[in-house]
Amino acid sequence: MSDRQDRELDRGERFALRMHLFICKACTNFDRQIGFLRRAFKSWPGPDDDPAKR
Amino acid sequence: MTSRDTPPAALDLEQYRPQLVRFAMVQLRDPSAAEDVAQDALLAALQGADRFAGQSSVKTWLIGILKHKIIDHIRRRSREQPLEMSADETGTEDVDAFFEDNGHFLDPPRDWHNPDAALEQRRFFEALERCLQALPKVTARVFVMREVMGVDTAEICKELTISPSNCWVMLYRARMNLRACLEKNWFAPSG
Repeated sequence: MSDRQDRELDRGERFALRMHLFICKACTNFDRQIGFLRRAFKSWPGPDDDPAKR
Repeated sequence: MTSRDTPPAALDLEQYRPQLVRFAMVQLRDPSAAEDVAQDALLAALQGADRFAGQSSVKTWLIGILKHKIIDHIRRRSREQPLEMSADETGTEDVDAFFEDNGHFLDPPRDWHNPDAALEQRRFFEALERCLQALPKVTARVFVMREVMGVDTAEICKELTISPSNCWVMLYRARMNLRACLEKNWFAPSG
């Protein structure tokens, strides 16, 4: 899942991953979370220091 | 009659300096380097101010310029003085420790519900920065070059003179640790 963030998986890898994610809730969470990490660092530094946003 | 946004003047930009220094500091981990790149960014912004057409916030525009300056700095420095890895980033024991022998997570990732809502909160980014600070030096650098600067992995490995397999492990280590840190400190802190 980490590698998928950086390179294309081949068809065998994609299939195996999809099958695993289907049954593994922890891994599904993990996969979503590392996708979120990417979005978080793209947004960083994030909103301005505004008391209304705390 | 339409009015153009006036380009920001020197006085307006100066107020952003502390934020720029802080952003650079988290990545470079060196106060004088952080001040230098922030200064370079402010100068470049002043020189290019007439090209700022208000298509983003001033801060976003400045951060964009700063990212380029940070990357330039990293490239220059890695030629002069390659970063040394710390002991906790030379093997894979630390990432192996996240798993049981049978390959299952020792501490399974929980549901974060709607994590993107956190991106609206300043405090979340403070927590994110602390998690990044906790990473070992070279691991943090590889991750930042990839995820913040968008540098291609092959180029990162080359710049920092790290083997490609080591580079992958560093990205993996960074993600495992950052994810666990955010879960513990933000999304699912245990009582």
